[in-house]
Amino acid sequence: MIALFLRDLALAIRAGGGFGLGLAFFLIVVVLVPFGVGPERGILAAIAPGILWVGALLACLLSLDRIFALDFEDGSLDLLATAPIPLEGVVAMKAAAHWVTTGLPLTLAAPVLGLLLHLEPAAYGWLVLSLALGTPALSMIGTFGAALTVGLRRGGLLLSLLVLPLYVPTLIFGAEAVARGAAGQANATPLLMLAGITLATLALLPFAAAAAIRINLR
Amino acid sequence: MSLWEYANPQKFMQTSQAVLPAIWGLTALSMVVGLVWGFFLTPEAENFGSTVKIIYLHVPAAMMAINAWVMMLVASLIWLIRRHHVSALAARAAAPVGLTMTLIALATGAIWGQPMWGTYWAWDPRLTSFLILFLFYLGYIALWEAIENPDAAADLTSVLCIVGSVFAVLSRYAVNFWNQGLHQGATLSLDKQENIANVFWLPLLVCLGAFILLFVALVLERTRTEIRVRRIKALIARERMA
Repeated sequence: MIALFLRDLALAIRAGGGFGLGLAFFLIVVVLVPFGVGPERGILAAIAPGILWVGALLACLLSLDRIFALDFEDGSLDLLATAPIPLEGVVAMKAAAHWVTTGLPLTLAAPVLGLLLHLEPAAYGWLVLSLALGTPALSMIGTFGAALTVGLRRGGLLLSLLVLPLYVPTLIFGAEAVARGAAGQANATPLLMLAGITLATLALLPFAAAAAIRINLR
Repeated sequence: MSLWEYANPQKFMQTSQAVLPAIWGLTALSMVVGLVWGFFLTPEAENFGSTVKIIYLHVPAAMMAINAWVMMLVASLIWLIRRHHVSALAARAAAPVGLTMTLIALATGAIWGQPMWGTYWAWDPRLTSFLILFLFYLGYIALWEAIENPDAAADLTSVLCIVGSVFAVLSRYAVNFWNQGLHQGATLSLDKQENIANVFWLPLLVCLGAFILLFVALVLERTRTEIRVRRIKALIARERMA
């Protein structure tokens, strides 16, 4: 399983595209927002937590269809499915590799982009913490969506339609945690809920995703 | 005689054909009685004026929007566990009906919201969760349309329905946490204290029954269509083989 994880990491980094692309997309979204809403400091600071979370979420979405598509095309997904390790483990490792190549860089880059949006100084720590807690759930839910659409030729758009509604609770609690942190209010509740969603998706969704892959490989 | 006999498409077609005229008749009757009673024979409510009348469409549609999803969840579970094709087709048939009910609830809510709250739309928890439910229906229907193999489509949409149900409930509570509500509390509940006055309550009950019957009739009709589509496809395939 560790070998599989390292293989996916190496593929994501060396094959180009996926790794840097998500970050670049995140940057562009954040740069475009001030053009849309105007450069006033107050407005930007007020919407910064939400924009950063929505941007991270969309950047995460970009690379989802690559999780299984390439393996499905060249047949290695069949080999993985018949390998002696459980398919649930394969799915979890795929999600972990996706998180390391998108969620983690997004989390680390977010404070820099927060600077562009005049994020409140108090919120930087909460931003990193909430993204670190929340992005694994984004990767895991996305892996489930990718597993559902793996057999489809043009599944990309459908994948967004399936996955984005599932992202709603994560987004609400994530953005709320940062917004409350920025305003100096207590934000333990949203952070705990965020961590709860992440743990629950990590525990349960590998089974659903593995079931979907078995159906698609039938 | 057990419920599972209706898993046989032939049996299902026969029985549904026999009962459908009665269900349609009851639907029409209760719909006319409920709506006429509600629209013309009830007084105008305090603070609401005549706008209260839209409740006879709004509340039943909203209730059926949620119940349709629950029915799809049950049908999906039956399909996954017992592999009855009629069940999977019934889930597929119910989705567009549920989508329409969600849309009716959102639209009547917007029309009612304009005079009452001064706005067509507010990011109120109930409104927002209905919008999210609408998106879930869209995704579910889109997944059915996208997959060619009918068994794989039934399996995958069932998995999506189960996961989606969990996330729909989660979203409901997340949204509650996120914003305070404008929407009034429950109009109908088992707790008598919360109920609206009897003059409004009785026609509303009739309308609820009418919408339940309408839903059953539409789902049966659509399931019959789906079964016929399957049969035609099988016939075409047999024709090609010969």
